[in-house]
Amino acid sequence: MEKYRLLAHTADGKFQAFGKTIDEAFANAALALASLMWDWEKIEKRVNFPVQVEGNDLEQLLYKFLEEIIFLLDTKNFLLGSVESLKIERKEERYSLRAFFLGDNHPELYEIYGDVKAITYNEMKIEKSDHFTVQVVVDM
Amino acid sequence: MELRKINDNTWEIPKHGEMRVPALIYASRKLLESVKGDLTLEQAKNVACLNGIQRMSYVMPDAHQGYGFPIGGVAAFDLDSGIISPGGVGYDINCGVRVLRTDYTEKDITARRQELLAEIFKEVPAGVGKGGVTRLSRDVLKQILIRGAEWTVENGYGTKEDLQMTEEQGRMKDADWTYISNRAMERGIPQLGTLGAGNHFLEFQKVAQIYDRDVARIFGIDAEGQILVMIHCGSRGLGHQVASDYIQSMEDKFGIKGLPDRELIHAPLRSPLGQQYYKSMCSAVNYAFANRQMIAHWVRNVFNKVLGSSQGMRQIYDVCHNVAKIEKHKIEGKEKDVCIHRKGATRSFGPGRLEIPEVYRAIGQPVIIPGSMGTASYILVGTAEAEELSFSSTAHGAGRVMSRHEALRRFRGEQIRDELAKKGIELKSTSWKGVAEEASAAYKDVDEVVRVSHEVGIGRLVVRVVPLGVMKG
Repeated sequence: MEKYRLLAHTADGKFQAFGKTIDEAFANAALALASLMWDWEKIEKRVNFPVQVEGNDLEQLLYKFLEEIIFLLDTKNFLLGSVESLKIERKEERYSLRAFFLGDNHPELYEIYGDVKAITYNEMKIEKSDHFTVQVVVDM
Repeated sequence: MELRKINDNTWEIPKHGEMRVPALIYASRKLLESVKGDLTLEQAKNVACLNGIQRMSYVMPDAHQGYGFPIGGVAAFDLDSGIISPGGVGYDINCGVRVLRTDYTEKDITARRQELLAEIFKEVPAGVGKGGVTRLSRDVLKQILIRGAEWTVENGYGTKEDLQMTEEQGRMKDADWTYISNRAMERGIPQLGTLGAGNHFLEFQKVAQIYDRDVARIFGIDAEGQILVMIHCGSRGLGHQVASDYIQSMEDKFGIKGLPDRELIHAPLRSPLGQQYYKSMCSAVNYAFANRQMIAHWVRNVFNKVLGSSQGMRQIYDVCHNVAKIEKHKIEGKEKDVCIHRKGATRSFGPGRLEIPEVYRAIGQPVIIPGSMGTASYILVGTAEAEELSFSSTAHGAGRVMSRHEALRRFRGEQIRDELAKKGIELKSTSWKGVAEEASAAYKDVDEVVRVSHEVGIGRLVVRVVPLGVMKG
């Protein structure tokens, strides 16, 4: 299964990410987002950040999870290279997610070609068939 | 959806279903075709359903699909029964444009163009993941959030006259940093005084055509060939985070049931959450004013260094194109305060409005409409009719027609640079891929956008400028 696919969207960035599990689909969504800004496969894994977010529903969880990537870029100069040990849990009416981001905090070593300003709920979809698909549009 | 033609440039979605008011679209047939290709009209209709909306839900000539509100959407809400919506302002709060005039003409800088651009590139931090030159303390950031460009001017970046020539005099007075999250502040601290990336740019330009010499002269533009400087950027990560934070808190408070679009989330303007968002938004607006003020100061320094003087580099104006404000407008013959949202739209006050600088009060405010990278930009003048037509608002730029993905597939940044060089335009960027994404072919024709604005009467043509040097983040 491919990890993700970038889709055409007039003004912004749009992608679908896939996974056998919802966890895998979320992790691939993080890579898809990174691919709009830099080549995540080229990023050295020098540093690691634990990530923990909560949401009222899966959509909000996805929004907040992806926002961590932009937040870490803006505040720690962190470029995501991979996502490890991503685990989503549901407790009563709330969802929580834990994961580790691996990557580099030396942005000057890489070409950063895109600027994602924000995650959006526009056309956001989280669907299950024989696999999971998440779709996100981001503001660029 | 039914679309009724009012005239060649005006179209109406009549009130139906849950719409409280009709929606009105200013577009030529050509622009309308591209608008019909996405969700713009649907989104304009959704806005027309919101509580307290006044008169019409307006769509500007450069509109395209946004999130919640369309980009190019203008809507005013009653202060008591109305709402405020982060999606009606946009993520990049106070994304805007500043223009400086100079005493230089094309021949003064022709030989120095590359040097000028290289020096600007050195002085003004740009690109993704690039912080500013100074790391602010949290206390200084709080000052900036409250006082905007005033703080920057007091600290040596520019002059008091710059403040006079800035929308809101560079400071929205309702700002209150206490409602801004730590996360937003953390994003704001490293990024003050940075251009950012994406569609943000800094250009030096020459005046290519003057449509209205009398008005142009009052703006400080005397002749073809005169050099101007244009700066297009916003509130960076801080503003984006404020938008995102309040979208989440409004969801938590009011839920998303019944919303046709999750980013249409809003709060009653008078509610505590509505007020907290408004005051936070004002703070982010101030951050963006301070940001453009610092960048303008550095550009003056570069002109001084390379050309020997920055005298005469007076600011023509600085406009916001993503903002919500309390303004007086005429509703059913009576003047009243409303909360106007301009998302990807520029204020276009005509003669007489007290909010605009005294020197422009007899003619109307300058309206700055940047084109896409490497193409023409325009300065228009606000009109009296715009009050009736669009709550004194007009377009804000070109508006995309092609996805970044498609642009990357079709163009190469280096090739765009070479083509622009043949036309006498120097281009420098932190990323060639980024340049390809911003190829002008991926944008609507800005000439068509301003033509419609002019014909409708929501902003009249004054000057057309073309770039000589382009710095893209």
